[in-house]
Amino acid sequence: MSLLELEGINTGYGDFQALFDVSLVVEEGETFGVLGANGAGKSTLLKTVAGLLRSPSGQVRFEGKPIEHLPAQKRVTLGISLVPEGRRVFPSLTVHENLQVGAHGRRRGPWDLDRVYDVFPLLVKLKSKQASYLSGGEQQALAIGRALMSNPRLLLIDEVSLGLAPVVIRDLYEALGEVTGSGMTVVLVEQDIRQIMEVADRVSCLLEGRVVLEGPPRELTRGQITAAYFGVR
Amino acid sequence: MTWVNVVIQGVLLGGLYALYATGLSLVFGVMRLVNLAHGDLSIMGAFACLVLVGILDVNPLLSLVLVLPMIFVVGYLLQRLMLNFTLKGDDMRPLLATFGLSVIIQNGLLVGFSADSRGLDAGWIENASLSLGGGLAVGWFPLLTLVVAILVIVLLNSFLTRTRLGRAFRATSDDQEAARLMGIDNRHIYALAMGIALGIVALAGVFMGIRTTFTPGIGPARLIFAFEAVIMGGLGSSWGPWRVASHWAWPRRWASSSRRAGESS
Amino acid sequence: MVSRQITVHHSTATSRVALAVSAVVVAILITVPFWAEQRTSRTLVSLLTLIALAQMWNLLAGYAGLVSVGQQGYIGIGAYSLWLLTDVFGVSPFLAVPMTGFFAAAISLPTAGLVFRLKGGYFAIGTWVMAELFRLAVANIPQTGGGSGKTITSVAQMAVTTRMRGTYWLALACAVGAIVVVYALLRARVGLALTAIRDNEPAVESLGVHVFRAKLWAYVVAAFGCGVTGSVIYLNLLRIQPDPSFSIQWTAIMIFIVVIGGVGTIEGPILGALIFFALQETLSQHGSWYLILLGVLAVIITVWFPGGLWGTVVRRWHIHLFPVQRRLLLTGSEEAGVVAESQDA
Repeated sequence: MSLLELEGINTGYGDFQALFDVSLVVEEGETFGVLGANGAGKSTLLKTVAGLLRSPSGQVRFEGKPIEHLPAQKRVTLGISLVPEGRRVFPSLTVHENLQVGAHGRRRGPWDLDRVYDVFPLLVKLKSKQASYLSGGEQQALAIGRALMSNPRLLLIDEVSLGLAPVVIRDLYEALGEVTGSGMTVVLVEQDIRQIMEVADRVSCLLEGRVVLEGPPRELTRGQITAAYFGVR
Repeated sequence: MTWVNVVIQGVLLGGLYALYATGLSLVFGVMRLVNLAHGDLSIMGAFACLVLVGILDVNPLLSLVLVLPMIFVVGYLLQRLMLNFTLKGDDMRPLLATFGLSVIIQNGLLVGFSADSRGLDAGWIENASLSLGGGLAVGWFPLLTLVVAILVIVLLNSFLTRTRLGRAFRATSDDQEAARLMGIDNRHIYALAMGIALGIVALAGVFMGIRTTFTPGIGPARLIFAFEAVIMGGLGSSWGPWRVASHWAWPRRWASSSRRAGESS
Repeated sequence: MVSRQITVHHSTATSRVALAVSAVVVAILITVPFWAEQRTSRTLVSLLTLIALAQMWNLLAGYAGLVSVGQQGYIGIGAYSLWLLTDVFGVSPFLAVPMTGFFAAAISLPTAGLVFRLKGGYFAIGTWVMAELFRLAVANIPQTGGGSGKTITSVAQMAVTTRMRGTYWLALACAVGAIVVVYALLRARVGLALTAIRDNEPAVESLGVHVFRAKLWAYVVAAFGCGVTGSVIYLNLLRIQPDPSFSIQWTAIMIFIVVIGGVGTIEGPILGALIFFALQETLSQHGSWYLILLGVLAVIITVWFPGGLWGTVVRRWHIHLFPVQRRLLLTGSEEAGVVAESQDA
């Protein structure tokens, strides 16, 4: 049984349909990359899994059980945690409080304040600082740490590298390595092809709301990926 | 020395204003909802107290033990079953819904209790006063009002900053969607906030009912009371009787930081 | 490739029919005092003034996003300035009525300066406070009769038929004028700005639209309309008093009508006024219970049918009698058709 299964997902916003009959499977313990250009539907896909958006048809199964009727706050307690696009830390709360809030719908598990501060040591000295004063990279670290506080079985991360300096991105991916190394299942959304090909066990490429390519990075050629990414034939 | 007395009385009355304002700001802080039925719900609390006093023959202050939980439940259900549905879309809908509610409560009370002026009798404490010497005296009841007001504000403040649920309130206020991703049920938080706010406001209504008289139609005047206090607090003024309510800084700070969050998302 | 041109259209076949029908209805309404009983025109006066007031409140809330709970302030000002102009300055009553609008508009400008600093719900309470201040001011000026008010004697002394007919036509002018003005305003540039503000204020501001100016227009026009309509109402009632003239009930009525009929449409307030009027005629003797019913109705509609009755009609059948939205038509392509329709309601 796979950890996450999507079948025939057609999420949209009002009259605008963003995903078309998307189906994919994420296995326990793997790092799954979702590639695609701007507007390909990557964030929509993650939001559908997290429960912020609903697909009018199709199924979302987690550990084999359908979850599409559950709101986002219930899915967290099942072990699905999303690091949203744009980080969305709570600006008026301190770093420490942000992490504490992250534990609101907490499951049992290895992740707690100590472990998060361990993986993201830069957060330690920012502990009592208000989150709105953090830099982009610090906010991203906080957002990931906050998501880990719920002890997810499936961690969804939307655009780790968005708007960050290469040095910061490298540090974040290094920390993420510790997370994936712990056996956690991670779904990563990225625009940066190179980064994702390095860390993902399998990738899937979205083009205009449809899955156009899927497989382990080493089995895919550069040409295939460019074609899938930009939609050139 | 009469002016000293006036100032003292003013400071003590400030406590009531602070309670009205706290209720209004709490709800605004957590869910950007301005409740136009605020004053009427406060009067409803006073009438609930009146009924209980009539049935149980107890001091109105003692009846608060029952009145406050009852109003809390009313507030919770009101938000959960009705007002939550108005929070999607433009900010006009909650205003219109609470305005309609204000009309319903006013006229409902009018049907049930007539337009007569009512008062709550708290016994000896109403007229007893504490002599400070030099012709100065402080009424026990105004003093109690002030102490209760300060206590409520301090408790609310530490609830918001120190407890798990309080943090969830602030997180929801900052970004309700992100809060849901943390496993926080925003509908529940909103309903709790409304319940607590109405409890505070009903408390103010009962104290006001002991101090002066009330009628079913006086709610809007109380709303304006609260509004003035919020505006004064919101504009950062901290003079005279308002000094006690310096805690209003938090909803303001809060509102400004979450506005920033709204822009960035 | 076929060359394509986009043209902007307002009207539809339905709307052209509606316009013709409206013209006929107005023409018939003009003749009412000549053939109907006096009681009929008196009844129509209150219906027509309700329509006018509701249109004004709808302009504010439905289009400019300004939920005012203080429009009773301008009704009171209209009533009192009618007394001032006729009894004190000796202006002919029918001439005084349009002038009262300028009083209201003049007072609305500094008021806007204050209340526009407040947002959303606090704006609503702020307007309420201002109306209370107007009431208190009037009640504390001894010359206006203080709390017990005044009778507008020069109007009371007019021949009854003249007064009734004049009042009727002025009320009709208010209702038609309110509809025409709102319609014209919405089809002008400022209307596009207003609709855009209602949908997304920050975005509009960033596009360089003068949000403040557009809102101010709506606020001042609404004050003018409420002032004039208020004075027409008091041509009928004759006695001005601070409490009833500045009563929150006026705004409550406007809100009920617009909410029931459908906010953000021109048809909604007309439909709402008809329904409200019917309810008032049949149920108002029940006093508080009647008001509770109205409150419940308003809450149910706001919470579960936010578009009001007309909004429901529009959603189901796409009927626009007074279309203020712009429709883009593609011509030159093989199938000319509607390609975009700006969101209305």
